[in-house]
Amino acid sequence: MSDWLEASFAHQRPRAIAALTRYFRDVETAEEAFSEACIKALTDWPKNGTPRDPFAWFLTTARHAGLDKLRKAQRQTRLLAENRIVMESDAPPPPDPHELRDDVLRLLFICCHPALERQDQIALALRIVGGLTVPEIARGFLAKPKAMEQRITRAKKKIAAQPVAFETPSPRERGRRLGEVSLMIYLMFNEGWSTSDAPTQIRLTLCEEAIRLARLMTELFPGMGEPAALLSLLLFQHARRDARIDATGHLVAFEDQDRQLWDRAATAEATAFFHKAQRIGHQGPYRIQAAIAAEHAAAPTPAHTNWPVIEAHYAALHVLQPTPVIRLNLIAVQAKTQGPEFALREMETLKTDLRTYRWYHTMRAALLTQTDRPEAAIDAYRAALDLGPTGPERTVIEEKIAACRKNMEGL
Amino acid sequence: MMYAITIYGEAGMFENLPKDRQEQVMANHHALQEKLQDRGDFISVKLMPPSSAVTIDPAPDAAADPLIIDGPFAETKESFLGFYAAEFSNLEEAITHARMISSPIARLEVRPIAWAGGAISTD
Repeated sequence: MSDWLEASFAHQRPRAIAALTRYFRDVETAEEAFSEACIKALTDWPKNGTPRDPFAWFLTTARHAGLDKLRKAQRQTRLLAENRIVMESDAPPPPDPHELRDDVLRLLFICCHPALERQDQIALALRIVGGLTVPEIARGFLAKPKAMEQRITRAKKKIAAQPVAFETPSPRERGRRLGEVSLMIYLMFNEGWSTSDAPTQIRLTLCEEAIRLARLMTELFPGMGEPAALLSLLLFQHARRDARIDATGHLVAFEDQDRQLWDRAATAEATAFFHKAQRIGHQGPYRIQAAIAAEHAAAPTPAHTNWPVIEAHYAALHVLQPTPVIRLNLIAVQAKTQGPEFALREMETLKTDLRTYRWYHTMRAALLTQTDRPEAAIDAYRAALDLGPTGPERTVIEEKIAACRKNMEGL
Repeated sequence: MMYAITIYGEAGMFENLPKDRQEQVMANHHALQEKLQDRGDFISVKLMPPSSAVTIDPAPDAAADPLIIDGPFAETKESFLGFYAAEFSNLEEAITHARMISSPIARLEVRPIAWAGGAISTD
């Protein structure tokens, strides 16, 4: 039975903690009050049945628990003196949907505080909003639980010292918060996706949590394009999880993936949210990236890929985000549409900017191999090996070097 | 008589369940689908989350266009998640089949069908 209850707690958690944070004006108190309510639910619900409105039950129960604790605690004097909490005998009504969505956005935005390092922002969101335990988060970041615990504690202190305004945000401010929170969710997913050093299952937790938060944003802001585009992008990517690692734990290059292994349900849902973002007319970077993923998903085999359309998408993305890495992605597509020699010439202009970016070197090596320059390719692969690739990446690179050697003997 | 078994619940609850519980829920659905398959034609539909929906509201007056809202019909806690439709000899039999997919994350409704037509499948 407790599995079902815990699923319900996890479901209520982001909204409940968000509403409680506004009520108590303090994240820590909100978290503690919610935990108290969960403990009460574990005994109450099996006995009296699941409440018809679990969210309302949680708010009422957690408010009581939190106020009890505050009355007893020393900080009572401070908080009550500042009159930060309205101590009404009648509990205020549950927040309306518009209040609630700003509450959840605010809570996530608090986690994204600029005073925190990006990884700490992600860890904090996983802890406070996702409700993951510290050991779970530590595994996600390949860190020691003890160190993670200290980092989270420090991060919580920092955000408590710099409170965020609790008024309803202006539309402009809401948009800004949504942008910050979306970026954090996007990076949370990438954190889980890119470092494949550990057993993949552990890393996928971060991807799944990011998707859960992206879903939550689409529920709260169903009429906005950015959350729909972000969820679409993450689902397209996540759909490929089983195809990108083979049975022996090797990374499988995108073009070599068995597309039968792409998760069809996830791809279908990604497509649905992509269409919705398009309908709303959203034009941000997530939508363009989702458009690229949608194009790949529509091709039954790599040979069917519509590279000119993808090139146009990358060119548009580069206008929005003129970074060397996006440019490198654009050139990778141009290698298909305009040939490897063209791509190698274009890459020369990125030589300095991307000299420590290992994908620059592996891509250059692949193009050199393609144009029958195995010796130069080996040098480029070696440069990538010096830049700290993950275990599975190192294996792939070493195999490529061996293949180049064989190629040279054949020449 | 044809009956619909409609499923309501909080979107996202299924995803919050641990994997073995998810499999248990799915196994019950597969068992029902197999049983219905043996009896003849049936429909089985799982909807995507409500946040993927748009709503078309009636035009405010005869001269105007219907209003398209980029969101679900209602921001309710429980939403319509999917349904089955099949021929049953009576209400009791429909209820017996609906019970097969009962779980703590779903509320089920059994309702007689007035008219049905068409045939679709995503497979």
